[in-house]
Amino acid sequence: MTKITTAQALRQVQEDLKKNFDPTKKLVTICAGTGCRGYGCIKVKEELEAEMKKQNMDVEVRATGCFGFCEKGPLVIIHPEKIFYQQVKIKDVPDIVSKTVANGEVLEKLLYRDPETKETVLKEEDVPFYKKQLRLVFGQNGMIDPTRIEDYLIIGGYTALAKTLSEMSPEGVISEVKKAGLRGRGGGGFAAGIKWEGSRRAHGSPKYVIANGDEGDPGAYMDRSLMEGNPHSIIEGMIIGAYAIGASEGYIYVRNEYPLAVLHLTMAISAAKEAGLLGKNILGTDFSFDIHINKGGGAFVCGESSALFASIEGRAGEPRAKYVHAVEKGLWDKPTVLNNVETWANVPLIISRGADWYNTIGTEGSKGTKIFSLVGKINNTGLIEVPMGMTLREIIHDMGGGIPNGRKFKAVQTGGPSGGCIPENLLDLPVDFDKLYEVGSMMGSGGMIVMDDKSCMVDVARYFLNFLQEESCGKCVPCREGVRRMREILDDICAGKGREGDVDLLEHISTGVADGSLCALGGSAPNPVLSTIKYFRDEYEAHIKDHRCPAGVCKALITYSIDAEKCTGCMLCSRVCSVGAIHGEKKRAHVIDDDTCTRCGACIESCKFDAILVK
Amino acid sequence: MKKTANFTAKTKAIVKKHGGDRSALIAVLQDIQETFNYLPKEAMNTVSTMMGIPASRVYEVATFYNAFSLNPRGKHIVKICVGTACHVRGASAIQDKFEQKLLIKPGETNQDQQFTLELVNCVGACALGPVVVIDTEYHGQMTMNKVDKIINEINKEGAQQ
Repeated sequence: MTKITTAQALRQVQEDLKKNFDPTKKLVTICAGTGCRGYGCIKVKEELEAEMKKQNMDVEVRATGCFGFCEKGPLVIIHPEKIFYQQVKIKDVPDIVSKTVANGEVLEKLLYRDPETKETVLKEEDVPFYKKQLRLVFGQNGMIDPTRIEDYLIIGGYTALAKTLSEMSPEGVISEVKKAGLRGRGGGGFAAGIKWEGSRRAHGSPKYVIANGDEGDPGAYMDRSLMEGNPHSIIEGMIIGAYAIGASEGYIYVRNEYPLAVLHLTMAISAAKEAGLLGKNILGTDFSFDIHINKGGGAFVCGESSALFASIEGRAGEPRAKYVHAVEKGLWDKPTVLNNVETWANVPLIISRGADWYNTIGTEGSKGTKIFSLVGKINNTGLIEVPMGMTLREIIHDMGGGIPNGRKFKAVQTGGPSGGCIPENLLDLPVDFDKLYEVGSMMGSGGMIVMDDKSCMVDVARYFLNFLQEESCGKCVPCREGVRRMREILDDICAGKGREGDVDLLEHISTGVADGSLCALGGSAPNPVLSTIKYFRDEYEAHIKDHRCPAGVCKALITYSIDAEKCTGCMLCSRVCSVGAIHGEKKRAHVIDDDTCTRCGACIESCKFDAILVK
Repeated sequence: MKKTANFTAKTKAIVKKHGGDRSALIAVLQDIQETFNYLPKEAMNTVSTMMGIPASRVYEVATFYNAFSLNPRGKHIVKICVGTACHVRGASAIQDKFEQKLLIKPGETNQDQQFTLELVNCVGACALGPVVVIDTEYHGQMTMNKVDKIINEINKEGAQQ
């Protein structure tokens, strides 16, 4: 692409691209996010292209970013009719091309079928999973090829940047972002505009802006989907931010496990530079700004600001005490603004559509939308973007489609390892930064892990403490030792060695860990324990007093047996049992020897008659 | 001796590529690991000398981040996702099964250097949970039964080659 040197020229480029873009033209889009790649979507794409060739059809097959509905991948949409096909297999390809693409004929079996009404749904927006969503940030993912800057320009990309540079002062940008009430999407929920203002006022140069893409919360992958699916939106946000605070250099810190995100961001940065939208004299102005990519080393603590700076500086990611804020002394002790990937992607929207418009979305204290990853024991796993203030019930039941296998909802865990578990009686809670905090959890980066009655809450608390103990950097004692001791107590409780008073002791240590830790990792580490004690104390007591795990998870507290009524004597379980604990003759009910049984669960997995009992 | 020389030569090239700036240490180590599949001691010493960073600092960074391994890893890397979504869907049973099947614990490599077992905190493919990534291939909705099948298949392919 030739260099664009004025805001006017950018408009011209966008117009020219639009002229060549015919919305009535046939087009096939296929979701190529990491989730769908796991289902083999790339092979489906190649097959679609080969089939088009075979049938002499000149229709583009576009691999786009993540559509969000991971449960039903691979996902394919046929344009202009917008026919939404799910769980597409290679064998479906010839029919898709010859019938749907060529003649507009709909293949019923590939449409989404509503599990309740049993009716098929033709278009993506009518699928219950999508119906209540407001996909402002995430919605473009499904239309653009993230490796082509032209696709982003067609949908109005970089218009906000042009507006910023030609019409707005840095102070004007900051006041607009402040007015919009944009809060950090990475977990803290700190007002972005105030951060920017602090950094603009701070002495020292150069100044830096950083995008935090070190998405460490297990079960959260919205940042990855943005980096993979719409990298230019993040870059545009960062350039605007850099102009506002007066930064000349920026970094995107990407998690080690996200190779596709690194690839797409690298391509986007070089394309933006080539087009004169990044680098020296952006859009012909005096403003210059460059972005580097840093790959993380796989340490959860590096999501914390000062640890992230240490990592970019090439050191071990240990946080430091923050008597002086990062906006004054951050990376290399220079004024730095660190915002999460999703926060940056919100910025172009605010600039181009205005703070007043942005203010109409969301709740009083939390404006705009939020992307959540809805995972765990849920029918519709995927990424959703909703206005702040939607209730958990709407998210889990209406969009998520409820709990699989007819089981009962028990809790939803939000906020990653720093968050908490929210029980059923709080399902009508409107989700925003403040409401989640009030009930002992937090927004975090937006992970929502749904649990059913087969999930043990003590085990979940132990899981998170184990995670945090492994990921604690070890610098400060309250976190390093406190979290370890808490995990040991939880280990004991799950192993049936819990003592009276353990719950009180956990609460007591929690206070010390929360108050004494250097950074937020330790400061919020007790949350998974405190929230499960608060809402599920009876489960802790069942483990400690009755030596019983009500959910049937903790191995030391359960026994396996066989329901003689249901067992048909098919012998499958005795064959899969690796320790030889199951005995019985053919066509006779089998028995499990409790002393030999390791409770590995292989028999449950193999039994077709639901005859294995866990108590 | 030849092997050591090889480590040193390639490491020198990597350090040069990054310009020798101290802040590039993590990126340099990432490239070394990509080249050798782990961080050889000789390579870390070369990095220390060339970049002017004490060996203790290089070692600190190499052991701080999970992405680095100080031991040679196997031909196939088995990454079991133990993210929360996979955990509630039974990832620990899958982990037990892999340990049993390969006779190694996470972080270890089996005797014939075929498999290294690793745990990963989340691969973000939660719809496929419990999920295991072997090299670059995703194996979703894992069951204990599938563990046997997958490992046997890889072993069979290896034997044929």
